[in-house]
Amino acid sequence: MPATPAVQASGLTKRYGDLTALDGLDLTVPEGSVLGLLGPNGAGKTTAVSILTTLLQPDEGSATIAGADLATEPQLVRERIGLSGQYAAVDEVLTGFENLDMIGRLYRLGKQRSRDRARELLERFDLVDAGDRPVKTYSGGMRRRLDLAGALVAEPPVLFLDEPTTGLDPRSRIELWGVIRELVGRGATLLLTTQYLEEADQLADEILVIDHGRELARGTSDELKTQLGGERIEVTVDSPESIDAARAVLAGVAVGDVEVNVATRTLLAPIAGGVGSLSAALREFESRTIAVSDIGLRRPTLDDVFLTLTGSVPEPADSTPDPDQPTTEPEEVLS
Amino acid sequence: MTAVNLVIADAAVIAKRNVIKIKRVPDVLVFVLISPIMFVLLFAYVFGNSIDIPGSNYREFLIAGIFAQTVMFGATFTGAGIAEDMQKGIIDRFRSLPMSRSAVLAGRTISDVIYNVLSLAIMAVTGLLVGWRIRGSILDAALGFALLLLFAYAISWIMALIALFVPSPEVINNASFIVIFPMTFVANTFVPSESLPGPLKAFAEWNPVSTVTQAARELFGNIPAGTPEPTAWPLQHPVLYTMFWVVGIVAVFAPIAVKRYEKANTK
Repeated sequence: MPATPAVQASGLTKRYGDLTALDGLDLTVPEGSVLGLLGPNGAGKTTAVSILTTLLQPDEGSATIAGADLATEPQLVRERIGLSGQYAAVDEVLTGFENLDMIGRLYRLGKQRSRDRARELLERFDLVDAGDRPVKTYSGGMRRRLDLAGALVAEPPVLFLDEPTTGLDPRSRIELWGVIRELVGRGATLLLTTQYLEEADQLADEILVIDHGRELARGTSDELKTQLGGERIEVTVDSPESIDAARAVLAGVAVGDVEVNVATRTLLAPIAGGVGSLSAALREFESRTIAVSDIGLRRPTLDDVFLTLTGSVPEPADSTPDPDQPTTEPEEVLS
Repeated sequence: MTAVNLVIADAAVIAKRNVIKIKRVPDVLVFVLISPIMFVLLFAYVFGNSIDIPGSNYREFLIAGIFAQTVMFGATFTGAGIAEDMQKGIIDRFRSLPMSRSAVLAGRTISDVIYNVLSLAIMAVTGLLVGWRIRGSILDAALGFALLLLFAYAISWIMALIALFVPSPEVINNASFIVIFPMTFVANTFVPSESLPGPLKAFAEWNPVSTVTQAARELFGNIPAGTPEPTAWPLQHPVLYTMFWVVGIVAVFAPIAVKRYEKANTK
């Protein structure tokens, strides 16, 4: 089935009492591509992965994964997927080798094949030296690598990685990105959830932004940035008294409203003329002797996209979501 | 391979994993082995001298009761093990694999029999040291031990189900105390059931803990000649009655536990 996407889900809905964790989510992952499911804590990312990996039954909706129907052929789905979770689900008391060997046996690869595969994966994930040590002696990064290796034991065509780098230090995160990129290079189909924009930007072909279990936007990283608009000039003035004057200058080159953040003395103006507009503004600042401590062209980041879409900055990994909490606005934004 | 073979193969993989864990975390095993010794010695020397059963040696009477109580507590390990696997998320890993749906629970209940085999062995040796003797045939005695193990195996399915609902090892340990203490005390384990007051006596006579104890006593030859025949039907047919419970508990609790496992999402 060359034209069938590796993962196709429609109308996935899951409710817990009054809380709707997923609210009619549709998603598609074409074969050989990476879909980044991006959202703040509590957005429904893990619920979506749990449903697609047969751990949880949806209240509504259906999905096909690698040609197998989620509702009627769950065992077939399990044969064709690999899951690596947010909390590294490996056995701490067993060694790395024993963990992978056990998973191989449970995928029913047979005794010899399971062992060979465990050794191959330990080698590939740079865990050979640690392979015969209990996992509880591993660092966080090593555990995640082992967990990821566990998802690859049976070489499943579709992989689900639920927040693969949450809680890792930056070095281990970059290491793991390298590993994931290599997988993608080999043609793996991957659904990746993350609350890190940079991670989605780095790894995903397409990004699906969700919050409160609903789709907010989808597209490539560039498409999402474009949706938000083009370039802007960002200026920080030396003294609060110059803010009004600076706004007047920027209004002359801007193609829309000038945003002002009084607290940081920063002004943001959407422009269309690129460097030309920037130098025009700069000349004006000079001729009016407005002291500027920083000025530059800024392209929207995925952070801006996220902020615009969800009204909140993505939360750090360890904070708990609170659906009733009003979303945090940037301080004192005037326009 | 047939479906049954697949269950057995998967359960064996899980059981092997649990056995590796028993070997690697020996402190659990130390307590598993010390507590039965403590039970035998405490009951033999604290109660053994103050409880007098006419025509009988109390220590000899007691040992089968302590065996029954200890193997029942052994079932707690099943609950604690499953609760731990739920908490650590490894159950999610298993549930995402194309393995048999009953293998995790089957493998766990089977590997936990090891705890009970070891604690029975330790208790038997301790019992022999304090004066307990097997007075029947070795074959009968072996049947007695087998019945104790089967009974404990059945109870471990109840604990497995509890653990799937309450995935906390601490709660499991406390909950099992609340269930196991009355079950093992309102029975003929430590005192003859005839000496209990009315309703407790009836409960004790139909309590499967009483019958497994009674069966073990008979099979170990620990019921002296001249002891009056019990009046309640279960105590007259303790092996048969105990087996009803073993089969009944597994037939009811295993399918419910497997159903629950299928839905046991930890997130």
